Amino acid sequence: MNNILLILKREYLTRVKKKSFIIMTIVGPVLMAALFIAPVWFAMMEDDAQKVISVYDETGTYRSAFTDSENLKFNFTEETDREKREDSFLKSGNYALLTIYDKNPDEYVLFSEKTPDISVKEQVSGRIEGFIEAENFKRLGISKNQIDSAKTEIYLETYTISEAGIEKSSAEVPLMIGFAAAIIIYMFIFLYGVQVMRGVIEEKVNRVVEVLISSVKPFQLMAGKIIGIAMVALTQFLLWGILTLFIVGFVYFSFGADIMPQNIDAGQFQNISSEQAEQILGNSFAADTILGFVNFNWTTTIISFLIFFIGGYLLYASLFAAIGSAVDNETDTQQFMLPVTIPLILAFVASQGIIRNPDGAMAFWFSIIPLTSPIVMPIRVALERYEIWELVLSGSILILSFIASVWLAAKIYRTGILMYGKKVSYKELWKWLRYR
Amino acid sequence: MEILKTNKVVKQFENHRALTDVSINVDEGTIFGLLGPNGAGKTTLIRIINQITAPDEGEVFLFNEKLKPEHIKNIGYLPEERGLYKKMKVGEQALYFAQLKGMTKGAAKIRLKNLFEKFDINGWWDKKVEELSKGMQQKVQFIITIVHEPDLLIFDEPFSGFDPINSDLLKKEIIELKENGATIIFSTHNMASVEEVCDNIALINKSKKILDGKVSEIKKQFKSNIFEIVFDGNFNQFSASLTADYKLIEHIQKNQTVQVKVKIQNELSPNDLLSKMLNFGKIISFNEVIPNMHDIFIKAVNGN
Repeated sequence: MNNILLILKREYLTRVKKKSFIIMTIVGPVLMAALFIAPVWFAMMEDDAQKVISVYDETGTYRSAFTDSENLKFNFTEETDREKREDSFLKSGNYALLTIYDKNPDEYVLFSEKTPDISVKEQVSGRIEGFIEAENFKRLGISKNQIDSAKTEIYLETYTISEAGIEKSSAEVPLMIGFAAAIIIYMFIFLYGVQVMRGVIEEKVNRVVEVLISSVKPFQLMAGKIIGIAMVALTQFLLWGILTLFIVGFVYFSFGADIMPQNIDAGQFQNISSEQAEQILGNSFAADTILGFVNFNWTTTIISFLIFFIGGYLLYASLFAAIGSAVDNETDTQQFMLPVTIPLILAFVASQGIIRNPDGAMAFWFSIIPLTSPIVMPIRVALERYEIWELVLSGSILILSFIASVWLAAKIYRTGILMYGKKVSYKELWKWLRYR
Repeated sequence: MEILKTNKVVKQFENHRALTDVSINVDEGTIFGLLGPNGAGKTTLIRIINQITAPDEGEVFLFNEKLKPEHIKNIGYLPEERGLYKKMKVGEQALYFAQLKGMTKGAAKIRLKNLFEKFDINGWWDKKVEELSKGMQQKVQFIITIVHEPDLLIFDEPFSGFDPINSDLLKKEIIELKENGATIIFSTHNMASVEEVCDNIALINKSKKILDGKVSEIKKQFKSNIFEIVFDGNFNQFSASLTADYKLIEHIQKNQTVQVKVKIQNELSPNDLLSKMLNFGKIISFNEVIPNMHDIFIKAVNGN
């Protein structure tokens, strides 16, 4: 036990002290935050200088459509000669030249020296469309108000109903959380499972392994490595979480509420109806989302997330460790990696379908098979679309299979780490399993 | 007193037999050479003693107790396939291995500082292993092997990868360790070093022990009654006089000086040969030819 701790400590410390770990830990949240903040930021940074657009209107009917606004100013020109008109536009330094030809239907062309901004293009076409629509309403003898009152849009309220009562539900929130859980588990298993494999190969390549196992049992070495690397991953996630919160908080306080959702204290939403929430927020989608977060079944989800997260990692990490022990270098890992990674990738790909149909046969089988259940089952739990017996069965199978895989991997590992210069086949691995 | 004893150890791998009924006894405070051609089973035996693999049959005793996990602390093992973590600092790494052998951090630190001093590598503590040359790494590796002051030290091919200077240094260290009371087993192909340092040997060939005992006795055992005589005189006269009791192995003549090797057959003694020699001139030297370990090794392996 003491030895496992020593190994764990070494595995943990050498990785956490690496420059790449520190850089990833800092850069990760910055990238993540940038992903959320950048679009808002760019929207705010949008060029708000007033642009001047020359307008030549052959029909002479559109003048009232082009009133100056905060960022667009329209200059009308009566120059009928096309070349002269274009010459004077180029000389004027205006942003664009809009030409409306009198054809049937009218033809609209926008010239500019550089490709025009999307927003300018949209604003100009919006002006024209609005003008034509208004003309049409006039011609048809109906007012815009009539049209507006005929149109409708509804918001579908969703509740969950059970014997315990009725509760406000949000379809979006569990979906988001479930999918986030699947992504995190998938990433975690992949990134850190491969690190376990690399670590084992490194010890083999450096020839340090025999020195080690004259002091510790191969199983202790494997266990210490797997757990140590798991703790590296947890550290990274924790730091990412804290740093992301910190960055988001910093941005919020620096740039104020105009780019962030309104400052809301989740506590005030407990036990209130969606109407009341709506009154506070003035928007039923935002109200539902926040209520969804508050009413979300956090306890079950977090507990099952942890179980499937840890179980899945241990299952895959032990397989990766066995692969690492069987080969001499990383290029030889391909033939063994494939059968291990395929179920993982399959589960991830399938999870997108399972989110849409969490009670189907595929969802059931994927959440029972231990190689895929770590990714699929947490989604179903988050969506609350599972039977208790399914959860218990899936969890128990996972736990049993990681015990079995750790046991089998330890056997392969024990023989493999001392084997050099031999291309290993599956038949060979089978033999190793039976060595005493 | 015996420190280590293996009793009819058998190890079978899928396609080949690594050890067949191998029994060895290693006395406390001696240096024991484990010899044999490549693939004979030496490393397998060493791994069994280190509890890296288990024997299929037979037993191993350390201090007259059946081998158990706690014994690991009493053994220092330098494997043939050896290495260090490249990215780790020398001192940190040495501490880590010492702790894995059951030392406390404090005790390990004191002992390592002393060893670093002794091996004149004080300045390396904070260097990364990858910054050291191969020979320097071997030194560190050696220190790691002996840091926990084990009663039994096992070196598998310790001289491979060492230059002659470091080889000599290592030899000296091994002898010093013995003088300080440690018992040493080492496997090697370097027969000269066997003659220099080993008290006892066992020779393993094709999974079986074919020869063992004290080095001096084995040498005696392999003597073939050949004598080397150097004299000033006439070689032809001498060779003509040899009866069937003597067999001339080789001769070299330089000016007046003749050097011959003669094998004495039947029940004759060297004195008979010597008295015969008196007739052929001035005898300069008369020696028994004692086989070296190199010859014994080849003879034993091929003769088997």
